[in-house]
Amino acid sequence: MRYSAGSLIRNALSGHKHWPRVWREPEPKKSYDVVIIGGGGHGLATAHYLAKNHGITNVAVLEKSYLGNGNIGRNTTIVRSNYLCPENIAFNEHSLKLWEGLSEDLNYNVMLSQRGVLVTFHTPAQRDAAIRRGNAMRLNGVDAVLLTREEVRKLVPIIDFSPSARFPIRGGLLQPRGGSVRHDAVAWGFARSADSRGVDIIQNCEVTGIKIEKGRVRGVETARGSIKAKKVAIIVAGRSTLVANMAGLRLPIESHVLQSFVTEPVKPILDTVVSFGAAHFAVVQSDKGGLVFNGGLDGYNSYAQRGNMETLEDAAAAAASFMPCFSRLRLLRHWGGINDMTMDGSPIITKTHVKGLYFNGGWCYGGFKGTPASGWTTAHMIANDASHELSAPFTLSRFETGLVINENGAGPRPGRH
Amino acid sequence: MRIKCPWCGPRPLNEFTYGGDATKARPRKPEAAGIDAWMDYVYLRKNPAGRHEEFWHHSAGCRSWLIVTRDTTTHEIEKVALASPQLREGKK
Repeated sequence: MRYSAGSLIRNALSGHKHWPRVWREPEPKKSYDVVIIGGGGHGLATAHYLAKNHGITNVAVLEKSYLGNGNIGRNTTIVRSNYLCPENIAFNEHSLKLWEGLSEDLNYNVMLSQRGVLVTFHTPAQRDAAIRRGNAMRLNGVDAVLLTREEVRKLVPIIDFSPSARFPIRGGLLQPRGGSVRHDAVAWGFARSADSRGVDIIQNCEVTGIKIEKGRVRGVETARGSIKAKKVAIIVAGRSTLVANMAGLRLPIESHVLQSFVTEPVKPILDTVVSFGAAHFAVVQSDKGGLVFNGGLDGYNSYAQRGNMETLEDAAAAAASFMPCFSRLRLLRHWGGINDMTMDGSPIITKTHVKGLYFNGGWCYGGFKGTPASGWTTAHMIANDASHELSAPFTLSRFETGLVINENGAGPRPGRH
Repeated sequence: MRIKCPWCGPRPLNEFTYGGDATKARPRKPEAAGIDAWMDYVYLRKNPAGRHEEFWHHSAGCRSWLIVTRDTTTHEIEKVALASPQLREGKK
């Protein structure tokens, strides 16, 4: 069924007891044209665009847990395209444009709120860097506005502008079209759309092996039996190394945990997404009123989806320093997501040495905002057996050739990106 | 997480700085090593879910480099050793 004002009224009158299920729960078939390993945001987006853009619907999405348990439900819901490297700008701007039309495309309200994304700066050197970044964005057709200290104060008055502020605000770089999206709705919307076009979404179906014969992929072994497939895509943020190893693929990736936090709900106080330029801290107020924020990586290899207290303390200290009015708020929840950190801080979307096997991963902490473009370009790659122009730079071979896309210039230190 | 430094005893995490995978060996003859050997050393990581040998620097303590064997799924620490003897012998 299509959601509409009419369907809402009808179901309201019948006490919301007759809404149909949003997607089916099919048994896995013996074979598919395409098997997508991983029912996260990127896997579901890939399935949606495979069906919609390329007419490929004999597709299964295999998820080891339930939809929304991975990073699609663990991020801080921020979307933006304020990058410096041209490859990253083009990719993330395409993503932002897809976000702008996504609710209509999916017939599912993903609650995009383009409230602006602000990054503050605190030193003359940071100001130079912000100007450079803003110019790079504008040269690539992306909106960017340099704000003075007074303009930042007007936009976000709760920042500490007092003379005693540890890192005085000199200004900020604003991307007005950036904002936030309801993250669960993204998973559900993509899943519903893919399912309605014939894609089988199979939950609780962990992949335990990838079948390869004579250099070509033949299918996968799963907890629910063997499934044949002409093409297989690995899209498993947080488990990339482990699943890629099943196909003998070695990766320039370390897995790290990133924590996110949400405070008790308060009345509307922050209508912009704000990133602190002096420490790892970015915050957005959710529709329920909670302040959702994150800090830096815990800083060492981890597959535990929970974090340590030192990092929580750091993030809370940054919050209190930047926006002192938050200091008395209580934390409601905190959780961790596993980020596959690549050696240059940019993702990998690529064909592999095995025919018919594709890899998408290494999103560092930029995965959520990239979801639609990731699905768009990965679907293109699977359908045409060739990279989309937007994802063509994000190869695996770039590490051998030296064409790395190193946004921060941090070198091969995954924990530093 | 606490790390039991061989010199200082159990110390809190925020005294230490992470140094990454301790199983990677720099090519023995750098000038003769090919692109594959360098690619392997600089970029490729085993990144296991489980037992991991890794460098830690006791940066806010005795400043020793350590090799810690830790489980990446539970953070349980199996072994802590000084890195210097191994590095001196050229094992790593």
